[in-house]
Amino acid sequence: MIDVLKQEIDQIREAAQADLSQADTSDACEELRIKYLGRNGLVTPLMQKMKEVPNEQKAEAGKLLNGLKQFVESEIEQAGEKLKRGEQDVRLKQEAVDVTLPGRPVPLGRLHPITQTLLELYDIFAEMGFQVYQTREVETDEMNFQMLNLPEDHPARDMHDTFYTKDKGVVLRTHTSPGQIHLMKERCPDPIRAVLPGKCYRFEQTDASHEWMFYQLEGIAIGDNITLADLKGTLNAFIHRTFGKERKVQFRCSYFPFTEPSMEVAMSDKDGGWLEILGSGMMHPIVLRNGGYDPEKVSGFAFGMGVERIAMLKYGIDDIRQFYSNDLRFLSQF
Amino acid sequence: MRISINWLKELVDYDMPTGELAMRLNNAGLELAETHVYGSPKVAEGLELPENHLTWENIRLGEILEVKKHPDADRLRIAIVDCGEGPKQSVTGAPNIEIGTSGQKVAVAVQGAKIFNAYSEDPNPAPTKVKPAKLRGEKSEIVLCSERELTISEEHDGILLLETDAPIGTPISDILGDVVLEVEITPNIARCLNMVGVAREVAALAGGKLIVGEPEWQDEGDPVDDQFKVDIDDSEMCARFTGSVIRGIEIKPSPFWMRYRLTLAGQRPISNIVDITNYVMLEWGQPLHAYDYHTIKPKAGEDVPYILVRNAKAGETLVTLDNQERKLDEGILLITDGSGPIGLAGVMGGLDTEVTDSTKDILLEAANFNFINNRRTAQKLKLFSEASNRFSKGLPPHLNELGLKRAADLMRQLAGGTIAKGFVDNYPKKPEPTVILLPGREATRLLGVELSVQEVADLLTPLGFECEIQGDDLNVTVPYNRIDVSLPADLVEEVARMLDYDKLPTRMLADVLPPQQANLALQGKLRVKQVLAQLGLQEIINYTLTNPKTVELSHPKGLKVNPEAFVQLENTLSSERSIMRQTMLPTMLEVAERNWRFQDRVGMFEIGRVFLPQPGEVLPHEPTHIGIILLGDRDELSWIQDEGKLDFFDLKGMVDGLLAGLNIHDADFKPTQHDMFHPGRCAELRLVEDAVGVFGELHPRVAEAFDLEGRVCAAEFTLDALIAHVPDIPDYTPPPRYPSVVQDIALVVDQSVPNDEVESLILDLGQPLLQTTKLFDVYTGEHVADGKRSLAYSLTYQASDRTLTDDEVTQVHEQIQKGLQEQLSAEIRGLG
Repeated sequence: MIDVLKQEIDQIREAAQADLSQADTSDACEELRIKYLGRNGLVTPLMQKMKEVPNEQKAEAGKLLNGLKQFVESEIEQAGEKLKRGEQDVRLKQEAVDVTLPGRPVPLGRLHPITQTLLELYDIFAEMGFQVYQTREVETDEMNFQMLNLPEDHPARDMHDTFYTKDKGVVLRTHTSPGQIHLMKERCPDPIRAVLPGKCYRFEQTDASHEWMFYQLEGIAIGDNITLADLKGTLNAFIHRTFGKERKVQFRCSYFPFTEPSMEVAMSDKDGGWLEILGSGMMHPIVLRNGGYDPEKVSGFAFGMGVERIAMLKYGIDDIRQFYSNDLRFLSQF
Repeated sequence: MRISINWLKELVDYDMPTGELAMRLNNAGLELAETHVYGSPKVAEGLELPENHLTWENIRLGEILEVKKHPDADRLRIAIVDCGEGPKQSVTGAPNIEIGTSGQKVAVAVQGAKIFNAYSEDPNPAPTKVKPAKLRGEKSEIVLCSERELTISEEHDGILLLETDAPIGTPISDILGDVVLEVEITPNIARCLNMVGVAREVAALAGGKLIVGEPEWQDEGDPVDDQFKVDIDDSEMCARFTGSVIRGIEIKPSPFWMRYRLTLAGQRPISNIVDITNYVMLEWGQPLHAYDYHTIKPKAGEDVPYILVRNAKAGETLVTLDNQERKLDEGILLITDGSGPIGLAGVMGGLDTEVTDSTKDILLEAANFNFINNRRTAQKLKLFSEASNRFSKGLPPHLNELGLKRAADLMRQLAGGTIAKGFVDNYPKKPEPTVILLPGREATRLLGVELSVQEVADLLTPLGFECEIQGDDLNVTVPYNRIDVSLPADLVEEVARMLDYDKLPTRMLADVLPPQQANLALQGKLRVKQVLAQLGLQEIINYTLTNPKTVELSHPKGLKVNPEAFVQLENTLSSERSIMRQTMLPTMLEVAERNWRFQDRVGMFEIGRVFLPQPGEVLPHEPTHIGIILLGDRDELSWIQDEGKLDFFDLKGMVDGLLAGLNIHDADFKPTQHDMFHPGRCAELRLVEDAVGVFGELHPRVAEAFDLEGRVCAAEFTLDALIAHVPDIPDYTPPPRYPSVVQDIALVVDQSVPNDEVESLILDLGQPLLQTTKLFDVYTGEHVADGKRSLAYSLTYQASDRTLTDDEVTQVHEQIQKGLQEQLSAEIRGLG
């Protein structure tokens, strides 16, 4: 009995080997797998014949049968895998693209360079405890000038070319400084550390370095122990963080009606020159008093800068008018 | 202010190189604008010289020996000049040396000298090198220089004629060489709008010693009180009026040294009397006015010339020196005589009383006028003179006497006049000296530098402050010229200037950190900006000023804009910018228009304030709006492009994205009508009950008005209404652990039934297992009856605690189908 079985097994083994040598695609291998090992495959009937094998021979027969099954299985699998890889290689070769073709366009939005500059400034000043405070753009003459020690007909009003509205005593703010008064009135008697960003307006013709609308960022600190030394330290830190440690910083006496002493700050450029960058000073006692503070007990400093100027120096932009002409070809570069 | 170093050195003895001095002044508040170097003077040592700087090498003092006619050219002369090397010949066209004259001192450029090319069109030409030439047959070995050729001034009508005792052949740089520091004078440093003021600063800041003293005064004429009288109407307007009479003067050019100083100071010399008033103003800071004495009329019935300082009366007029008739009003302060106005006080004199070539006797005025009135008058008449530039910043009345005496003395010396005995001094408002109690610790408190009271006193004294130590504090008397100092803080600034700001200590903020507060408005705004940029929109920032026409253009149905309803400017730079915007879209459309010319896709947003006047309120409300404009190709031109054009649903998708990005889930969209928008493609966005704004496709006529093509999508939202609904912390549910079951549903309903009604009904009916619905098909046409449409949704069922069985899902799904049939008369497709 076992001999017959042996014979059949050998026949199937040979047939399978012959078939496999003919198979030249992975699909053909799959067909062979079904032909031999499928439900109606050639190996399956042999299993039925196990019943007819006498008990003492069953172990040997089983071994033979399993050997056949494993042999066919692994032969087909190995051949199939080899073919499949070959076929995949061919397909991958066919799928090659010109990688220099442009990608599928995805519209990319960006923030305006002034917003980006402001965000950077917010971060730098936040590290030093200055929080953002915003106030209105249309102001009374009182808030924009008088409360800031700029009474009517003060010579320093010449430094502020002003847009007046048809409503008497209402102006477009010429600086962010009226925000100081709003802030002080809101927070007094607490100490203050804040930056005040926003649009300001000056009645002046535009050129490469002047705009009639511009952003200012103003900073103030009020407390029991605020000195010009703190102001210098703060501004040094700001300039070094924004423009790099290698910048030298120059402090010189200047004049702003709302600060006393007043100080102008410049930083070194690459050619050894000085670039004016901001104005600052110790808050004028009259301004502190207008905000509700006792200037004999507390002190404060204030500084203010043109955000466009910071952006221009940072990015090397040479014409301030670029910012608000909103040419997308300009804006999309930042 | 132009500061001649040579002039300065006559007023103050100091020892500091000019470059260092310039920086010291600069750091102390006299901002250096430019340094002008003339020739190669000693005081220029160490200064960096500009390219093309003329050193005046080989330019020497010469004397004209003879001036002859050129044989072949009527307009040319031949000058024989001695400049230390024997007679040399120059052919010149200078009209100010006449044939037959000799003895003039001139600046001679000999061979090898470099002079300014006065004939070049180039504003900054390369210097001309002097070499022998022939002009119309006559040799010309040297050049007799004009001021222009030496870059002293623009003057090139004649050659420079000097007056000097220096020997012939002296290098011209030794005579004329100088450095001029051009500094910007801020209003608080108006005291330095004159050389004496600068000299005081230099003495203090550079450790020098003032040389200048009180002017000389030799009054040898008849008593002045018999020669004219002065009244002042209002001492608030005129605190002091001093006057003198100088008789027997001769009008002629002023001496060379004075003319040269005026020239370097940027003024044009005229004749001695006018030059002296200008010179003294530059020297001491006191503006002066010289009248022809005999033109000043007495009061009716009297015979002594009379001056009254008073405000103008309505209807009065005055012809000023510049030959303009000025209409006066009651706000203008005048100098009048017995017959009427003779001058605008501190602004400009009158034509009738001016000094002329035949003037013999001078009435000299040195007065003090109210600076506010002076500013207003100068602005009103748009008349900005050197005098009003000084008056309008405030001057100490103490200065009147100094200026008057100095000018009278110069008229005596340089014009041969005799000064009347005494001087008129009407001084109704003599200011008391300012005394400030400076707390001893004040400088330390404000500057953060450790200073004793004595040290503070030692710093203030060189600036002219008289300091008296009183215990811990300092009693400081302010000198007359420091009208800018009135508070302890002003004195602290002086201390800082003396110490040099650059050298003051620096430290990181040492004070306590104030309580930190959240700024939700800013956070919200920045978040919205970030999300909109993530959605592919470019942020723009626009001008907030616009004009009625632009607003009208964006409202195609004939909106008539009333500018009165806007915040309206009184003074405009252009008619394009006359009112403040109330909405974002009109100005954004202008930006879109400009960009559309070179872009196939424009997607932009702006977040900024709009300005809404409120009845009964002085100031407008300034809410922040969000504007969006979107038009053109869905994708930019590409080889794998989506050919589609942007439309309503692209914008809607962005609005959805914005809301999702802000974690806002309860948005409500309603069709709405708006002037600017397409009547069928405009939606209102509501969050709960708050109207946030509108969006949609703009009306084609709006697009046309701004030269835009295709469907132009736009949105305008109120930022506050939007961010009010941003949850502080988003609702969070963990990702599901059990599998979901997805089943589709398709139904046919009336077209009038909006999608959101269907979707919310499905969601209601599917509770609690139905998690989401997704519309994936909208169809009208074949197989769907007229007036109906087919909607297909993909429904996702899921439970958080178990795997759903088919039965459970089927039961809910059928429940939904049934509900749709009953409540919306929907026909469920796929069901027989």
